[in-house]
Amino acid sequence: MTDATIPAATGATGSLLEPDARTRRRNAAEARFRLYGLIAVGIGLFFLAALMISIFMNGAGAFQQTAYTLPIEFRQDVLDKNGTGDIETIKSVKTFAYKPLIREAILREIYRLDIETPLAGAKVKGFSSDLDNLFSDGAPATLRDMVLSDPGLIGQTVTVKLIASSRVDGYLKGRVSRESIARDKNLDAVHLDLVDELRAAGVVAKGFNLAFITGPDASDARPEQAGMGVAMLGSFFMMLVVLLLSLPIGVAASIYLEEFAPKNRITDLIEVNISNLAAVPSIVFGILGLAVFIQVMHLPQSAPLVGGLVLTLMTLPTIIISTRASLKSVPPSIRDAALGVGASKMQAVFHHVLPLAMPGILTGTIIGLAQALGETAPLLLIGMVGYIASNYPDGVASGFLDPNSAMPAQIFEWAKRADPAFYERAWGGIIILLVFLMTMNIIAILLRRRFERRW
Amino acid sequence: MYDNPLTKRQTLTQEVKFSARGVNVFYGDSHAIKGVDVDIEDKTVTAFIGPSGCGKSTFLRCLNRMNDTIDVCRVEGRITLDGEDIYDPRVDPVQLRARVGMVFQKPNPFPKSIYDNVAYGPKIHGMARSRAELDEIVERALRRGAIWDEVKDRLDAPGTGLSGGQQQRLCIARAVATEPEVLLMDEPCSALDPIATAQVEELIDELRQDYSVVIVTHSMQQAARVSQKTAFFHLGNLVEFGETGQIFTNPRDPRTESYITGRIG
Amino acid sequence: MPLFWLVLIVLGLAVAGYVAGRGRALRLAGGDSRVLHSLPSYYGAHVALLTLVPAFAILCLWVLIQPLVIENRISAKLPETAIAESSTRALVMSDVRRVAEGLDVAVAAGAMTADEAAHMRSELTDVRNRLGAVGVALGSDVGPEVLRAAQAYRALAARGHLAMTLVVLTAALGGAGLGIARSRADFRARNVVETAVRYLLIFAATVAILTTIGIVLSLVFNTIEFFKLYPARDFFFGTTWAPSFGGGSELGILPLLWGTFYISLIALAVAVPIGLFAAVYLSEYASGHTRAIAKPLIEVLAGIPTIVYGLFALLTVGPLLIRVFGADGVGIMQAGTAVMTAGLVMGIMLIPFVSSLSDDIINAVPQSMRDGSLGLGATRSETVKQVVLPAALPGIVGAILLAASRAIGETMIVVLGAGAAARLSMNPFDAMTTVTAKIVSQLTGDADFASPEALVAFALGMTLFVITLGLNVFALYIVRKYREQYE
Repeated sequence: MTDATIPAATGATGSLLEPDARTRRRNAAEARFRLYGLIAVGIGLFFLAALMISIFMNGAGAFQQTAYTLPIEFRQDVLDKNGTGDIETIKSVKTFAYKPLIREAILREIYRLDIETPLAGAKVKGFSSDLDNLFSDGAPATLRDMVLSDPGLIGQTVTVKLIASSRVDGYLKGRVSRESIARDKNLDAVHLDLVDELRAAGVVAKGFNLAFITGPDASDARPEQAGMGVAMLGSFFMMLVVLLLSLPIGVAASIYLEEFAPKNRITDLIEVNISNLAAVPSIVFGILGLAVFIQVMHLPQSAPLVGGLVLTLMTLPTIIISTRASLKSVPPSIRDAALGVGASKMQAVFHHVLPLAMPGILTGTIIGLAQALGETAPLLLIGMVGYIASNYPDGVASGFLDPNSAMPAQIFEWAKRADPAFYERAWGGIIILLVFLMTMNIIAILLRRRFERRW
Repeated sequence: MYDNPLTKRQTLTQEVKFSARGVNVFYGDSHAIKGVDVDIEDKTVTAFIGPSGCGKSTFLRCLNRMNDTIDVCRVEGRITLDGEDIYDPRVDPVQLRARVGMVFQKPNPFPKSIYDNVAYGPKIHGMARSRAELDEIVERALRRGAIWDEVKDRLDAPGTGLSGGQQQRLCIARAVATEPEVLLMDEPCSALDPIATAQVEELIDELRQDYSVVIVTHSMQQAARVSQKTAFFHLGNLVEFGETGQIFTNPRDPRTESYITGRIG
Repeated sequence: MPLFWLVLIVLGLAVAGYVAGRGRALRLAGGDSRVLHSLPSYYGAHVALLTLVPAFAILCLWVLIQPLVIENRISAKLPETAIAESSTRALVMSDVRRVAEGLDVAVAAGAMTADEAAHMRSELTDVRNRLGAVGVALGSDVGPEVLRAAQAYRALAARGHLAMTLVVLTAALGGAGLGIARSRADFRARNVVETAVRYLLIFAATVAILTTIGIVLSLVFNTIEFFKLYPARDFFFGTTWAPSFGGGSELGILPLLWGTFYISLIALAVAVPIGLFAAVYLSEYASGHTRAIAKPLIEVLAGIPTIVYGLFALLTVGPLLIRVFGADGVGIMQAGTAVMTAGLVMGIMLIPFVSSLSDDIINAVPQSMRDGSLGLGATRSETVKQVVLPAALPGIVGAILLAASRAIGETMIVVLGAGAAARLSMNPFDAMTTVTAKIVSQLTGDADFASPEALVAFALGMTLFVITLGLNVFALYIVRKYREQYE
């Protein structure tokens, strides 16, 4: 076997302590390769940072709102001409009639603070006034709602917080400047000068914007009043549907596939099917929802119930895959032990295996829910778009069945409105959405940490 | 094959290749090797024996710094190859490993062709200037690995398709192809059947002509068959080191005797 | 809401049945549960199941089938004269449905009495105005045939509903009675319940199959409808996409496919190198500590909803690109929304997808391979490039294909970031649009669902489904094959 003609190994020459040229070259290549990897990781982290910074820089403003603190005189001659206090009479006064009250109040402030401004001569009566642009279009409605809920206010002077218009709001937040409004027909530099003075006097100031978190969406003209509250409820009802359907169905399907299914063609087909469904584009689930739930079954359009159904079908594969993994991680000895004391297979699974796999199942479910919560595309197809999220549902049934939106769809709607004030709301909405997602993921991680078992 | 190997074996003293002094190895907090001193000679087969977990494989992996790939592993002490400290910060483990080849417990051919498996080492070390030269190196290595006749007609077949014994000889050929000075073998026959084991053992004996071979084995018969020097490890200590014949016939340490007679292990 | 009440009543019956069944079994056993074949709760569960399952099965089937039956009956009765020149039976039927729904709303809101709704004549009343008053907007005036059909529709639906309520309640009561009668001491309740539970489990497992069937059917039927109105040839080979809701649309898919393909290509060009290098670094070089921090952080990118990426593309990346490539810079970009914008952002989204899949695959390469290579004196990078990556290649190709399928199916980023113009252009800074974006725009517009402009969305969906399914099946096959190699 030995080949005598082969010369003995010569061995590498030279000292180990001094790398030869080739080794140095190879080491340089090694260092370069390593650097590429480091750069790739760095780029990934950089993008994450850029995304987060861009979200928080742009979105933080949505949680603040500029408002005027003004003493409003609810004049009886305007609101209740006969002085009878009859609620029908008061109701017959349209929102538009409240505008002069606001104009008077701001003019009083201008005189009181002795501010020199051309606006001091603006008219009080009439359909529109230069002063109106300082305020949100919703401000008169705020006053009217106050009066309708407490007619006793008529004839009194009350200090009220009134929301500023989105332009003034943007000016205080630095989004709007004198240059940027140069071609704006709604607001002049004159207005901004006045706002500066009022700000110095403490009449106008930024405050925490609770209405953004709890309020309904508003029309195109009133970005300053748009809120996420109703869309949040829509998402909540949807997630309820997803949880109630996908958890039992997903767990049942996994138990069957993992514990009972015979190894045959049909089982194989179901398994391949599930892994493929997990990768079907979400928009296709939207088409399914539109065709099956709305066109064929005639379920109400835009309802969180339908949205929940669509998202359930979308989330099921994720939940089934993770549930099966946690069932698989329960060692067979547990099943054998239960069967050994005379339990039926069903009892062994439901009494022993399932409770042990529960933390893993819950973790998977929460992650599936988080995924569903952020999904937008299928919701657009079944009509859950932003502009309908303007009324709170009246109860549980209405919460499921009345047209509503969802958080991501609301964000999409604002992003489409092409107004920087709405963009700010969209970023702010993302912050709220991410807070929810983060909470869910943290719960999932804690669950995993707390209950993780090593067999 | 060897009627009475222990008496027939001539035991010339060769020059020292590896010299270890006061070597300690730690895996995190556990002390795996405790103050080992040993000299490994050129053109000699040295066997490391001992019960499982005694540190013999760990020590072997110190010799070509394969332990560097394990994060928690820490080596203290001094190991020299031809008088140069291999743990000197200036030493490039890559260059060291080119001179100290290694064969592993489980045959681990790359998922490439037989030819590419053997040509891999020479290629990365730039040992061939032309395809013809590379062909020559591959053939020489395969012959030396005693597998040439079995694979010469299917050099393009994947190395993973060979039988276990063939795979291990392919791995030896692959290690030999880079022309190392020392060949480390970590239980090279533990995954093989008796026939393949005999083939590999025969091969080891032939390799002794040109290389210093260090073999870790848990089979005392194998150590007795193939080695000239034997080191007995126990619980991280080098208990006894000497001529193979002397270790097996006349051990000095009672622990060595217990192991050889089968009372510990 | 009567359906809701019906469900509640059936549930109530089931609870009552549980108590009754359990009680009867115990009574017959003389209060000694050891005499029973199964635990008492199984007798209760047996009755509850017999009450619930048939009743709900009937309910579901009825709810599904009733609209179809009514639809057919009414549609058959609709006189030919009611169908105008340019219209189709389907269009008129959708009018009928809408009027019927409008009447429902009107009655519910109290704007009309039930009697009035059932007998009103379009010759005497302006139905459109009356319905408009309660918030139901109709596209055109309501003809007498349509109104009569709608009234018949409502009458049939009401009769069907009553029949359904009776049948479901009978089934529930009958089931409960049967169950209670069978609850004797020697009855093998556990076996029966377990068999039933087993069938429930099987049913749950088939939901996935039903979903797929639902997807395929809803795509196929509507796509066939579309091809009846618009030639398939023009759809697949047309190079112009110009829908106009007044008719005469050109609906060629090629510009959309090109946009989809181009954006996905850019996304992969960003995600694959970065993701792959990051995976290699994290699995081969990074210390345990770095890996424990960097890996989850990169994976955070995968948990961010696509709407966030869409907004990021529209408001951050787009303006940034226009500053560099726009009129003030290089001058090849007209607007912030472009193929490049969407592609870049989609690439960012796919980085964690590529990196964690590759990471799994690289880690599946046995350590002995690496040892073999390092033991020969190869550097780590040589080991990675020449041993690990070739060994992992099939798996990585699978991962990239899965990422490609993700990119092709992605919607929100392209809706917000890519623009709306369908064009065949090579310039990556032009606005283009994709299959998914057009599905959204065609189905969220005001078009009638029976018009080719809306139906085309289903043909687009079908194309998308077939492409992504093909990619997925192929990729999963490769990945699975690869896993087997090392198991």
